[in-house]
Amino acid sequence: MPARYTRAMAMGLLTRLAQPGHFMRWSGALLPWVAGLAIVLLAIGQYLTWFVVPPDYQQGETVRIMYIHVPAAWMAVFFYGAMAVSALGTLIWRHPLADVAQRAAAPIGAAFTLICLVTGSLWGKPMWGTYWVWDARLTSMLVLFLIYCGLLALWRTIEDPNRAARAVAILTLVGAVNLPIIKFSVNWWSTLHQPASILRMGGPTIYASMLYPLLVMIAAASVLGLALHLQAMRTEILRRRVRTLTILEAERLDAALLAPQAA
Amino acid sequence: MGRAFLAVVARDLRLAGRIGGSGALSLVFFLMIVALVPFGLGPDLNLLARIGPGILWIAAVLATLIGLDRLFQADEEDGSLDLLTGAPAPLEVLVLAKVTAHWLTTGLPLALATPLFGLLVALSPTGMAATSLTLLVGTPALTFIGAVGAALTASIRRGGLILAVVVLPLMVPTLIFGVSAADAALGGTVPFATPLAILGALSLVAGVVGTLAAAAALRWGE
Repeated sequence: MPARYTRAMAMGLLTRLAQPGHFMRWSGALLPWVAGLAIVLLAIGQYLTWFVVPPDYQQGETVRIMYIHVPAAWMAVFFYGAMAVSALGTLIWRHPLADVAQRAAAPIGAAFTLICLVTGSLWGKPMWGTYWVWDARLTSMLVLFLIYCGLLALWRTIEDPNRAARAVAILTLVGAVNLPIIKFSVNWWSTLHQPASILRMGGPTIYASMLYPLLVMIAAASVLGLALHLQAMRTEILRRRVRTLTILEAERLDAALLAPQAA
Repeated sequence: MGRAFLAVVARDLRLAGRIGGSGALSLVFFLMIVALVPFGLGPDLNLLARIGPGILWIAAVLATLIGLDRLFQADEEDGSLDLLTGAPAPLEVLVLAKVTAHWLTTGLPLALATPLFGLLVALSPTGMAATSLTLLVGTPALTFIGAVGAALTASIRRGGLILAVVVLPLMVPTLIFGVSAADAALGGTVPFATPLAILGALSLVAGVVGTLAAAAALRWGE
C-alpha cells in the first residue's frame, strides 16, 4: 500500500477518534483501564518510596518528598505543553475537542503546579531552614502558577465557551512564547541576587536505588494525569451538552409562551 | 497604510487629551505610588536610593495598566472597532497604531518624568538617567504585552481586574531586566549594556508577538 494511502487512512482514523461522540465512546471504554493502571503504578511507586528507597546521607528521610515533588513539576510543565498543542488545534482547525482538551488541562496543570510548590516549600523548611526561598526554579514555578491562574480566570470570565476557547488559546500561545524567556530571566535574576548559596540536591548524579522509584513515580503521575484529563474532558463535553439542552429548552418554553399570544 | 497608521495615532492622541482620556492620569498614578513607598518603608534615604530603580519600575508597570482596559473596549462599545476590523488596512497595522498612541501617552511621559520623581527617592543623577533610559527602552514591551490582554478582554465588562491578572505574570522578564539594567548603572559586576540590550530585545519581541496576538484576539473575538 502506498505511503500516502496509509497516511490518509491514519488521518481519517484520527478525525473519527476526535469526533466528540466517538470520543465519548472510546474514552469511556478506556478510562477504567487507565485509571486502574494509574492506581497500580501509584501503589508500587508509593511502596518503593516509603519502604525501599534508602534515606539520603545528607537529607535523611526528607528526600522522600522528591518522589512527589519531581513528578508534579514534570506534569505541571507537561500540561502547559498539552494546552499549547490544543491551542493550536483550536486556532488552526477550530476543533471542538481541542477546546475541550485545553479547558480540561488547565485546572489539572494548575493543581500539579500547586502540589509542586507546596511540596517544594515543605522540603525547603528542613533543608534551607525556611519555607520559601527566591530560588530560580521555585520562582519560575510560581510564575507558571500565576499564568495558570490567569488562564483559569479568563476561562471563567467569558461566558460563551467558543469565544472563551479562542481567547484562552491566544493567551496560552503568548504564554508559551514567554515561558522560556521567563525561565531565562528568572535564572539571570536569581544568580544576580544570591550566588550559589543554596544546598543543591545530591549533586549531578543520582543512585540507581533512588532513580528507579523516581521513574516509577513519574510514570504513575503521567498515567494519573492522563486519567484525570480524560475524565475532565468527558465532564466538559457533558457540561456543554447540558448547556446546549438548557438553551434549547428555554427557547422551546419561550416559543410555547409566545404561541397563544400570536394566535 | 502609512496614512491609516498616522490617522489612528492622531485620533487616539486627540482622544487621550480630552475629558475622560487617561493621558495625564497615569502620570499622576505613577507619582502616587512613588509617594506611597516611603510611607510603607520609612523615610530612610539610603534605603530608598538603593531600591529607587525598583520602585520606579514597579510604579511604571502598574501605571501602564491604567487605561489599558479601555484601549480596545471604548472602540468596541461605540462601534468603531467594527470599522477598524473591516478597514482595508491590515488590522495589525491599526493595532500597532493604537498601541503606539497608548505608549506615547503613558510609557513616554513616565520615562520623561522619571528624573523628577527620582528626586523623591534620592536617586543619584547617574541613577536617574539610567532608570529613565531603561524605562524608555522597556515600557514598549509592557504596553505591547498589555495590549494582548486588552484585546482579549475588549468585550468583557469590568475587564480591568482580569486584564491585570492575565498580563502581570508576562511582564516579569521586562521588570527583571529593567531593574537590573538600572542597578548595573549604579555599580555592580554586570555591565550596563548587557541587560539594556536584552531589554531592547524583549521590547522588539513583544512588539511582534503582541501586535499579532492582539490582532488575532480582536479578529477571533466575535
